[in-house]
Order: sequence, then structure tokens, then C-alpha cells
Amino acid sequence: MTFSPQLEARLEKLLRSYPEGRQRAALIPMLMYAQDEAGYISKELAQEVARRCGVTTLQVDEVVGYYTMLRARPMGRTHLQICTNISCLLVGGDKLWEQACHKLGIGHNEVTPDGAISLEEVECIGACSWAPALQTNFDFHHKVTPEKLDQLIDALRKVN
Amino acid sequence: MLFNPPHPAETKVLTRRFGLPNSESIDTYLANDGYKAFLKAREMSQEQIIEEVKLSSLRGRGGAGFPTGMKWSFVPRTSPKPKYIVVNADESEPGTCKDRVLMENDPHGLIEGVLIAALSIGAHRGWVYIRGEYRYLIDIMDRAIEEAYKHGYLGKNIRGTGFDFDFSTHTGAGAYECGEESALLESLEGKRGIPRIRPPFPAVSGAFQCPTILNNVETYYAVPPIILNGGKWYADLGVPKAGGTRMLCLSGHVNTPGVYEIPLGFPMMRAINELGGGMLNGNKLKAVVPGGSSCPLLRAEECDINMDYDSLAKVKSMLGSGGMVVLDETTDMVKFALRIMRFYQHESCGWCIPCREGTLWLKKLLTRLDAGVGSSSDISLVGELAKNMFGRTFCPLGDAAAMPTMSIIEKFRDEFEARLAGVTLPPELVSIA
Repeated sequence: MTFSPQLEARLEKLLRSYPEGRQRAALIPMLMYAQDEAGYISKELAQEVARRCGVTTLQVDEVVGYYTMLRARPMGRTHLQICTNISCLLVGGDKLWEQACHKLGIGHNEVTPDGAISLEEVECIGACSWAPALQTNFDFHHKVTPEKLDQLIDALRKVN
Repeated sequence: MLFNPPHPAETKVLTRRFGLPNSESIDTYLANDGYKAFLKAREMSQEQIIEEVKLSSLRGRGGAGFPTGMKWSFVPRTSPKPKYIVVNADESEPGTCKDRVLMENDPHGLIEGVLIAALSIGAHRGWVYIRGEYRYLIDIMDRAIEEAYKHGYLGKNIRGTGFDFDFSTHTGAGAYECGEESALLESLEGKRGIPRIRPPFPAVSGAFQCPTILNNVETYYAVPPIILNGGKWYADLGVPKAGGTRMLCLSGHVNTPGVYEIPLGFPMMRAINELGGGMLNGNKLKAVVPGGSSCPLLRAEECDINMDYDSLAKVKSMLGSGGMVVLDETTDMVKFALRIMRFYQHESCGWCIPCREGTLWLKKLLTRLDAGVGSSSDISLVGELAKNMFGRTFCPLGDAAAMPTMSIIEKFRDEFEARLAGVTLPPELVSIA
């Protein structure tokens, strides 16, 4: 399995960031950064990362099964994450969630048939003072209104 | 850049560089007292640094509020093992968004705070554990760390002082539990984020089983101004036993939500009326979550208090992580309680049974009650289950789920009773009945 030169450089630096003999520490960051490029943690990717960090593939599976951001299957090219936790709930985050489900015709952790957009109802993303908030992949969108969400989904459909 | 226009009621210490052009760059940082506190601390003994932090009466800003100087003094400095510094930037307590603002606007402030902590125990390696969702902040911190290396403020023989320190970012991957210190350390080591049994505490056996200082982002930010201006100066900004300022993340039903820096002991009603610009739509105040979703709620009539550790303890709540959520009269408290429990049930790591089972059954009960299904004894059962979970879990997540739930049942029971009046069981709920 091969990675881009940029990712290789990042992973190499990562492995040097921990004390000698503690390279298992690089496991979760390595999975996160490799997932950016690969889309999800395939069996092949898990084996490659296991080899680099000196752990078993079972130890990789253990963390993939635990952390919500590590995904064992492909999601949409844009992953739309809508927060409905308390600060967002109070100012309409739950309504945005329903609106997105309805407009995209999919639910929690589902992908549109064309593979363009996936949807996730997420827990607090740390945007409470600018609620309601959502993330498209790693980008934050603050003070989202129903109109803004509508336009955002239309725009995402075009670029994907 | 994410910050509010300065408000006259604020006391700007941690946020004093916000709004300066290129506030994230090392040039701006150096031109505004940057790294001066580190150079001053380098001239002090380890005991003097810790004494100054103790004198400041700084308490951990992550939620637990443990005295920082005391925490640092627990590290066995004569231990032959390497010592480490870890920053908890796994900010995920619902209602809290302060660490984000600090790191985005002033990343070098964190590096300097970490360097001083490192000096105090003779540590030469550190990591900032940043939640996975904050990828752009990892990029900002990575750039700042690179700049610091280039300018000689990180690496070997820092600025000719003979002190070495290496620092890097470490990304989380989506787990609230990893904000708990021992689970964070497990996660840092490449494992599932499950809490460790304590003692030993991280000060003695932390990252890689070595003595470790582990504090919240905001706590480290307070250290350079303490060293520069003295612990007493910082302590005097706040109230006795709780010095300084802290970041308040105001959200919910107010006109101008935002992240504000206020001295400890700031009156809660002033936070709502002045910083928050009053209640949204002129509605009446119903309740306040004082410091993140795990804190017991206060009823409107309890909100006429000062925000410091002791005052909130008197009304059986907590200052927590600074996430203050304001609820107006239109808020559905049953729905609110359910949303909190759904969160904790989702984030329970599953390691210990009272939390894993307790949060699940509480979520089921609250889901039914929200649909108007159940009897008055089910409402009592929610309160009892929460009470039985409290204090019986491996880490504070069980308590965090129990505390708001007990307070909502106690203070807003009438809303639950009203929900039950005259509703018949919808078929989809029969299965969990």
C-alpha cells in the first residue's frame, strides 16, 4: 500500500514524536491522517498501519471500533456533520438535522446513492457560542440558518 | 479569526493579544511580551516556579478545578524516569468552546505555558492532545510549533539557556471520554480511551508510565502572566481561593453569545444581561447550566450568585469547564434532559457497568417520558437510577450523566408530570416499554 509523499513525510515525523520503543502511540494519528487520503480504514490500510506502528491488526481494530471518527467503511465525499447537542438544540440544531435528512433522503451515518454526501448527527463540536453549527469534513459552519443549510447542500451536490 | 469584540466588563489577561494583526504569529507574540515569562522562569528555581503558581491560586480550568500549583508539586522531581507535559485540548464538554478560541488566536501562549511547566519539573518532551474535529487547530498549532523551533524557542538549548524541550500535536479521533485525564493518556499511547485506576495519579505515573503534568489548555495559558506579573497579582484578579480570570463560553438563549474573559467571582446575572446582552426575544429566564452539560442546573431564582468555585458549590452545582448555557421559558426540560442523556450514553466508554447500563436505561426511560409514556413512578425511577450511578463509576463520566439529570428531575418534575397527562402509547414505543 502506498501513500502520497506528503503523507509519508507526515507519518515519518509522527513516528519520531514519541519515546523510543513507544511507536504504538502514533497509531491513532496515523489512522486519522491515512484515512484522509484513503477515505476509510480498509483491511489493507489497517495492516499497513499495524506494520508501521508495530502492533497487531487486532489492536488496530480495537481502536477503529472505539473512536467515532475512524471509519471502517467509505462515507460520502463530503461528510456533513450536524450538531444537535444542548447549545445547538436550543437554537434549532435539531430542526437543521431533520431538514438535512429530509432533503438528502438519508439518515444518521448513511451515504447518498451517488456517494457524494454522507450525514452524521454529531455530539458537541465546540461551536456552542456560534450555534447552531455543523461541519463539512473538517470545516466549521457557524450560526447556520435553514436557508444557509439549503444553499450549502445544493452547493455540495454541484461540486461532488 | 474567531473571537468577540472586547466587552467593557471583561478583564483581558489570557485574551490580551486577541485582535492584534497576525496574533497567531511568533513576531506578534514576541512584540507583545512573548516568551519573556519563559526566560524569567529559567532564572528561577523549580520550587520558586511552583510556589508562584501556588500563590496565584490558579485552579484547573478543565472542569475539576484542582489547584494547579499543588498538582505540579506532586511530581517526583528526583525520579530517574523522564518527565512529560501533556495538554488536554480534547475540549468536548457540551457548552464549551474556549480552548478553541485561545489556540486559534494565540497558539504561542500555549507553547510558553507548557515550557514553564516543563521547567518546573525538568521535563523535556510534551504533547498537546487535540480533539480530532479541531483539525484546523492542529494545523495552526503545528505551524506555531514549527515557528518556535525556527526561532529557537523549542528544541535543543532553547535560546542559549541550556534547556531542551520537544513539543508536538497529537490528534484524537472522536471520543468525549478522552477528555478524562487517564483515558486521554491511554489514547495518547495508541489504545482505546478507557480510564485507568488511580492511584497512581498522572503526576507519578502518567504518559508512558512516567511522571506527567497534565492540564487543560486554558490552565497553561494562565502561567506566563503569573510568572511575569507575580502570583499575587493574578490571585488578586479573582476571589480568595480562586485566583485570576477565566474564559466563559456563553451560549443558548441570549442575544450576544460568545466567549468572554471574566474574573473569578463575576456575577452570573451580569454575564447574562451585560455580556450576553440580555435574554433572546425578551423571554424570561428559566434555568442555567453553569459550566458544561455535566453541571447540575440552576433555576432562574438561584442565578443571583457570583461565579466562583465556592459560591456554586453552595447551590450544589459547579463552575465546571466554563460552558454556560442559558435556557429561557420556552425550553422543553424533558427534551433537554433526554438530549443530555443521549450524549452521555453515546460517549460512555463501556468499561464499567454502572455507567454503561445506567446511561442506556436512563436514555430509554427519558425517551419514553419525552413521548408522554409512563407513570409518575418512572419519573422517580429516573432520579433514583441517576442517584445510584452517582459516585459508583470508574471515572467522572457516570457522575457527569447523573448530576444534571438528578437536578432536572428535582427542579422541573412538574414538566415531566405534565408530559404524561393524557397521552396514549404510540405503537413504536411498545417494544421498549
